[in-house]
Amino acid sequence: MSKTKYLILGFLFGIILIKAEVVSWFRIQEMFHFQSFHMYGVIGSAVVVGIISILIIKKFNIKTIDGEPIQIESKSFSKGNIIGGLIFGFGWALTGACPGPLYALVGSGALIVLVVLFSAVVGTLTYGALKDKLPH
Amino acid sequence: MNILSQPWPWYISGPLIGLMVPLLLIMGNKTFGISSSLRHICAACFPSNITFFQYNWRAQSWNLIFAFGIVLGGFVAGYFFANPNLIELSENAVAELNSLGIKNHEGLFPQELFSLHSLFTLKGFIVMVVGGFFVGFGTRYAGGCTSGHSIMGMSNLQLPSLIATICFFVGGLVMTWFILPFILSL
Repeated sequence: MSKTKYLILGFLFGIILIKAEVVSWFRIQEMFHFQSFHMYGVIGSAVVVGIISILIIKKFNIKTIDGEPIQIESKSFSKGNIIGGLIFGFGWALTGACPGPLYALVGSGALIVLVVLFSAVVGTLTYGALKDKLPH
Repeated sequence: MNILSQPWPWYISGPLIGLMVPLLLIMGNKTFGISSSLRHICAACFPSNITFFQYNWRAQSWNLIFAFGIVLGGFVAGYFFANPNLIELSENAVAELNSLGIKNHEGLFPQELFSLHSLFTLKGFIVMVVGGFFVGFGTRYAGGCTSGHSIMGMSNLQLPSLIATICFFVGGLVMTWFILPFILSL
């Protein structure tokens, strides 16, 4: 099965992330200081387009290109949404990046961001090791 | 080709990001999300007896391929379509950054904070290493990141995703307003 389509979609997403400047530490600081509408506009309009798309997919029962019915798993609530969410928020404000932008920044030649990405992998590894001891 | 070197306004880039949701669903029944790729990297690169990483990551390889695509897209945008000018931050943001001691606003992030030299200073270590750790630990604990929860989950009207997104922002606000100024003064 061809997985090239995911490479192409990721490629386009990487370009959008850089051109939207959402990968910028400066933009993230500006957002958390409520000093510009830019980031809110990006995230807000992305969600609006996403909501409308999913409504259309459900309403017209749109299938995948392979003819499968589209399935979207529901997210179940856990305390992790809150505790993990807060911890990620700390990291987002510190590094000015979430996982997508980390990949895009590394690609853009900012090799120092490999340090942040590697640290994020260690963070995920640590979560996996401690998972059973954490409240969920 | 001007449009490629200029930064894109929110009303162009935001909807394009939103379109990733239906594209991934229609092209391959995949739900948009990036942070899972960090888990797959752990499962693939660090074989261990941790149950959380004992699953068939190869079945999820699309997510790693997508992440690799982001790296390539970042490369093309960063090398061929890079914005030659300073990011047009609001005046208030420029003043705020200056007051925090971040004077160089060239590029996508402050060079003085993100550099090999800075890595061996306390504030650089906290920003890059501790910050990165929080991103990887927090997203997995929360079950998603800005893409998986804030865009994909919220697009599907999932309450847990709204809760997670609110917490992302609360965490970011607390860090930005109360902790980061102290870290930057170190």
